[in-house]
Amino acid sequence: MTVRTRVIPCLDVANGRVVKGVNFVELRDAGDPVEQAKLYDAAGADELCFLDITASHEARGTIIDVVRRTAEVCFMPVTVGGGVRSAEDARALLLAGADKVAVNSAAVSRPEVVADIADRFGSQCIVASVDARRVEPDAQGNPRWEIFTHGGRRATGIDALEHAARLAQLGAGELLVTSMDGDGTKRGYDLALTRAIADAVTVPVIASGGVGTLDHLVEGVRQGHASAVLAASIFHFGQHSIGEAHAALAAAGIPVRTPIL
Amino acid sequence: MSIALIDYGAGNLHSVHNALVKAGAQTVELTADPDVVARADRIVLPGVGSFGACRDGLAALPGVIDAMAEAVQARGVPFLGICVGMQLLADAGEEFGRHQGLGWVPGTVRKIERADPAIKIPHMGWNSVTPATPHPLIEEGEAYFLHSYHFDAADPAHVVATTDHGGPLVAAVARDSIIGVQFHPEKSQRYGLSFLSRFLDWKP
Repeated sequence: MTVRTRVIPCLDVANGRVVKGVNFVELRDAGDPVEQAKLYDAAGADELCFLDITASHEARGTIIDVVRRTAEVCFMPVTVGGGVRSAEDARALLLAGADKVAVNSAAVSRPEVVADIADRFGSQCIVASVDARRVEPDAQGNPRWEIFTHGGRRATGIDALEHAARLAQLGAGELLVTSMDGDGTKRGYDLALTRAIADAVTVPVIASGGVGTLDHLVEGVRQGHASAVLAASIFHFGQHSIGEAHAALAAAGIPVRTPIL
Repeated sequence: MSIALIDYGAGNLHSVHNALVKAGAQTVELTADPDVVARADRIVLPGVGSFGACRDGLAALPGVIDAMAEAVQARGVPFLGICVGMQLLADAGEEFGRHQGLGWVPGTVRKIERADPAIKIPHMGWNSVTPATPHPLIEEGEAYFLHSYHFDAADPAHVVATTDHGGPLVAAVARDSIIGVQFHPEKSQRYGLSFLSRFLDWKP
């Protein structure tokens, strides 16, 4: 048996409140990310991801408070992404109780930030995001992907595979590969993208963007060669539980954690 | 019972503190003071980052290594090392150059090397804790691991648990009143909290 494939629910948080999250009536305060984190902890999620989409700079501190309160009651690994621009930003989140920080746009404009964080806090705590869209195939007809920023609206001209390899080489301990084409579509991960990156780097890859069914999770591992699968809405809206996700992966012969009884 | 949680700049200090409290600890002192270490009934050494950085951080606290050594080796005070805190028990670590460890559990910390590229490094995620040499704190289960270097123990009798990631890796070492775990009990949900509660009750 090797390390288990991880199932990671992701919560979008703005100004300290859940934007896209669980729609469960039993929650006292469904908008509180900590309440939702507790549910996922109890359900046996393998990790949790907070994506901070707070727009204003002034409200950026709110995620620190969310992380601190989560770390008091949840005993699972937590990754925080969104707005991490420097080693100082990373340090504040790690001290508050985050186990890993995910760097997105800052790693596009200044990839060295990945090395800064890895050097100070270790590769194990830095996840580098690879947000990509499909572009025109090359002359031989091979698929190509390009890095996009600003929620997939702005092209950068950077080849996604080259960028991914560079981030790993700079010291990222893990890559979060998101298909901006697939995000929110529920049509499944971009398997060719995920696989091309997973096969090219030695660090683990998290597949993200587009999950609509449990089969998509299985495909992300089987065909995408991902070490972990991230999803949002299929969990938040009660379509599937973490346990069902684990069961689907196990049924496909993929090693997962033993169910919590 | 007072627990000294060594504060030498390791980032996961608060998570370990929270988990110890959840596991039933009454008094957990985050400390860099050798007098507090000397008075403690239990000592916990956390650690994330590189071996050398942690070793330097620990050595920079005046008197703390000596106070830990006196408590553990002369008085048998229970000691728990977590992740790099466990690796520091070894004689030496080979991460970014060769660094001396505490030398309390003979062995060397080496890079995990696997020929199969499908075996990803860091070893990141939940994996088995399989008992080896029987030890009262070790139960079979699954815990969260996050590391690129592993403890290569000189004496297999000190290996109390293993895991497997494209080949066996040491998951826990123990000797006398010392236990070190490669996994993160503070991040291992129910398994981790029950491990910590056994450590709090341990009478080696």
